Amino acid sequence: MMATAAASVVAANSSATTHAQTTSPVQDHASTPVSFTVNGTPRELLVDNRTTLLDALRENLHLTGTKKGCDHGQCGACTVMVDGRRINSCLTLAVMHEGDEIITIEGLGTPEHLHPMQAAFVKHDGFQCGYCTPGQICSSIAVIEEIKAGIPSHVTADITQNAEVTDLEIRERMSGNICRCGAYPNIVAAINEIAGRQA
Amino acid sequence: MKSFTYERATSPADAAAAAARTEGAKFIAGGTNLLDLMKLEIETPTHLIDVNGLGLDKIEATDDGGVRIGALVRNTDLASDPRVRKDYGLLSRALLAGASGQLRNKATTAGNLLQRTRCPYFYDTNQPCNKRQPGSGCSAIGGFSRQHAVVGVSDACIAAHPSDMAIAMRVLDAVVETVKPDQSTRGIAMADFHRLPGDTPHIETALEPGEIITAVTLPPPIGGKHVYRKVRDRASYAFALVSVAAVIQPDGTGRVGLGGVAHKPWRVESAEADLPRGARAVTAKLLDGAKPTDENAFKVTLAERTLAGILEEAKG
Repeated sequence: MMATAAASVVAANSSATTHAQTTSPVQDHASTPVSFTVNGTPRELLVDNRTTLLDALRENLHLTGTKKGCDHGQCGACTVMVDGRRINSCLTLAVMHEGDEIITIEGLGTPEHLHPMQAAFVKHDGFQCGYCTPGQICSSIAVIEEIKAGIPSHVTADITQNAEVTDLEIRERMSGNICRCGAYPNIVAAINEIAGRQA
Repeated sequence: MKSFTYERATSPADAAAAAARTEGAKFIAGGTNLLDLMKLEIETPTHLIDVNGLGLDKIEATDDGGVRIGALVRNTDLASDPRVRKDYGLLSRALLAGASGQLRNKATTAGNLLQRTRCPYFYDTNQPCNKRQPGSGCSAIGGFSRQHAVVGVSDACIAAHPSDMAIAMRVLDAVVETVKPDQSTRGIAMADFHRLPGDTPHIETALEPGEIITAVTLPPPIGGKHVYRKVRDRASYAFALVSVAAVIQPDGTGRVGLGGVAHKPWRVESAEADLPRGARAVTAKLLDGAKPTDENAFKVTLAERTLAGILEEAKG
């Protein structure tokens, strides 16, 4: 997967590259070029080494769906998928993602064609203010995949067996995503629906 | 965040040499703790050596029947490994009790061992802290100390080590493998890896400047019932007030370690002989000489009761 991603950035999106460079510093000892794909589009950036993946997405690539909450890995609003895994984009540097495949909320669905999890959040009222929602949705999709992949959790009774989708499992696995509006019961309902289970 | 230069290392030996060559250099792997601290300018490296490309991401069987865990194995992968789940359940349980799903996907085995304390005064750059600024004093002593250590403390620091994984590693007799800048290698027993604060709380491990962790090895499985019980203020995603890691054999003997009570994973081997006599006897020896504050004296009782719960569970 890494090799494919690396090869694909050779044909980088030139408009994105040009745009990013207008807002990035000239290359010096404190900045580094980096290439990765975001939502399937190859991107080349020259970023100050201090730039987090979150800031690169929002400030350099203008993908503002991914939110900055605490900026310290405590709230989960910045959750994105990197090479198929959910991470906190605020606690990783953009330059550390050479060749990686990044999926943000913008890559999951569109207003006309919602991702099933997005539709489930709408149906079950899984948000109020909506600020944490992109991170909640990225995490929700990952949680179902993690359970299917046999990854155990703190509440899995027998860790030598695969976990079932239960409310308890969902709540434990979603604990890295905070919702100050307290939409948790409806978020659990949305995840249950997509996991094919009645809450 | 302070400005820094950046390079991607290509081998552990190169990484160690680069770290020794550059004043103020630090390794970065998962980055989940280092970047957090860099944003607050508590950590201010002048140069970051990205070790993610070193390929130290395998879990392999060792010749003696144990396992060798690459330094870069992510916490999720280690907790999910079928062999670890079956033979070293304590380690899986401890990992899954820590952090969040997102953090475990990024955090590495070596980085987990090297995470800094979460003492709020260490994080508050307006307050004196001997760990952050040697000689400036300890704000936790006489301050808010509910989360802090009760045993092995000093007049310079009462911070508690935050790792869950490290408690399991200590109980399982793990050995930390390293490479030094002169290319020599060594194995450091978990018992010797983390230090007590003494009068140098800013020095937390036995690692020498530039020395890099390449793997953590576990001896062959010891059987028994593996239990990790973490008591905290929230049901998930919080540091331990007290955690107890135990391996209990059918005859009632076993091993026990404590988290949330000391500056390092806390284990006193001589206390384990008392396991068949019950939690009170074991905890009395484990926490002998404890010097809790008024705010965290409850941890002594909590540790005993948590162990009692585990011993009851192990019977079932």
